[in-house]
Amino acid sequence: MNTDATDVQEGKMESAAPRTHAINMGDLGRENTVAEQGELDIALKVTELDLYYGEKQALKKIELEIPRNRVTAFIGPSGCGKSTLLRCFNRMNDLVDNVRTDGQITLDGEDIYSKHLNVAELRRRVGMVFQKPNPFPKSIYENVAYGLRILGVKDKRRLDETVEKALRGAALWDEVKDRLQDNALGLSGGQQQRLVIARAIAVEPEVLLLDEPASALDPISTLKIEELIYELKDKYTIVIVTHNMQQAARVSDYTAFMYMGELVEHADTNTLFTNPSQKQTEDYITGRYG
Amino acid sequence: MDKLGQHISQQFDEELEDIRNRVMAMGGLVEQQLSDALRALGDIDAELAEVVITNDFKINAMEVAIDEECVQILARRQPAAGDLRLVIAVIKTITDLERIGDEAERVGRMALHFAETGGESKMLVGINHLGEHVRAMLHDALDAFARMDTDAAIHVAKQDEKADREYESILRELMTYMMEDSRAIPNVLDVMWSARALERIGDRAGNICEYVIYLVRGKDVRHVSMDQVEAHARSKHDD
Repeated sequence: MNTDATDVQEGKMESAAPRTHAINMGDLGRENTVAEQGELDIALKVTELDLYYGEKQALKKIELEIPRNRVTAFIGPSGCGKSTLLRCFNRMNDLVDNVRTDGQITLDGEDIYSKHLNVAELRRRVGMVFQKPNPFPKSIYENVAYGLRILGVKDKRRLDETVEKALRGAALWDEVKDRLQDNALGLSGGQQQRLVIARAIAVEPEVLLLDEPASALDPISTLKIEELIYELKDKYTIVIVTHNMQQAARVSDYTAFMYMGELVEHADTNTLFTNPSQKQTEDYITGRYG
Repeated sequence: MDKLGQHISQQFDEELEDIRNRVMAMGGLVEQQLSDALRALGDIDAELAEVVITNDFKINAMEVAIDEECVQILARRQPAAGDLRLVIAVIKTITDLERIGDEAERVGRMALHFAETGGESKMLVGINHLGEHVRAMLHDALDAFARMDTDAAIHVAKQDEKADREYESILRELMTYMMEDSRAIPNVLDVMWSARALERIGDRAGNICEYVIYLVRGKDVRHVSMDQVEAHARSKHDD
């Protein structure tokens, strides 16, 4: 009881002064989640992009900026156009018949659909990893060295250095350093996927496109890939397509939600997963999409 | 954010609906405890005061049970957006409800002591009024939570200032009783602790209103001025 006496005194003193506990919101840093966006360096910029497969329009007036050295995730239901959009960034869609695109995509300010652009060089700068690991039926070493050999590198020491660096970068080196000449197909699924990432980064791209990179992998291998993505973003701009929303929430800095060929919402991941501004986004990420 | 249902997983709908219903049930019990405590004090009813004191455990048990259900939803469903905010708002709301329950129990203890030591009813005029005010605040805060009504939440939060003023005037009045007759001090203190408890209940009802705004608008409005709270509550980006 006695301890409460001081309590009342304090209570009274406190209430004698006007009760104001207003804090400047800016000091709390709560509103700053998106503020960073203004200073970001933009790697890829998409302007008014339309894409048609024959008569069918698969992408509608996409406007999007992808910041450098950040991870951007594309989410959305099957057939929403997210993989199609990803494939536009290294002109993989050129390989599909009957595809027509309008609008513009620039990489570092350069139009990647320009007639003068060297597509092979673009694909070196913009590497891609697919859902199913697709190592070549060659040795681990040759898989990683493949891109360099195509580029005409013959110097053994340079090849060795690059292979080691790429395998370390893909967090695979320690597991394979003693068997570099073994066939890559003997690796586990998760190791194969990291090998493919090593192959992609061996040619020092600027952008890495990951199309469902972990959906064929077990949970542990998935976490290793996610950890790798986190480490790689220091050096590369990463764009990832995933069906796994928790994965998008875990690995990405920015998330774009697509639906029926349209970009519905693009925001920093924290905001998009706690307080999306569009109802369609809310319905999709909370599992109300039907 | 006005609907909980329509998940593809119907069971998830049911789980969210269930925690919300249980918060309302817990809120109802806390309201009952508070009004019983106020009646025990106002009517100088020792028997009712004992009931209040023994019933507090029910509120504690409900808090633990709802907390556990929320943890399970977080672990199993990984809720996002509005669903996530609902679970977070529930976890916070039940913490405040449990503390309101504790304050009601404290009023019950004071009522018991007041009755047993022959307190006089003239000391209780002010506190009856304050009690009624915070009871209405709690009721309206729970109502705002049930209907996810931010306008109602702001209305309730604004009432807290009045509770604070009433509390101060009760203190001044009680001090005159102490100065008049020092033998009355033990009973005056009973009333004073009770007034303090009621003032805290007003604060906590205000907290619940802040969670309602967070739940509906996604804005954290703790520790911001009332003007800013209103601005956030009206930013209806999703309507």
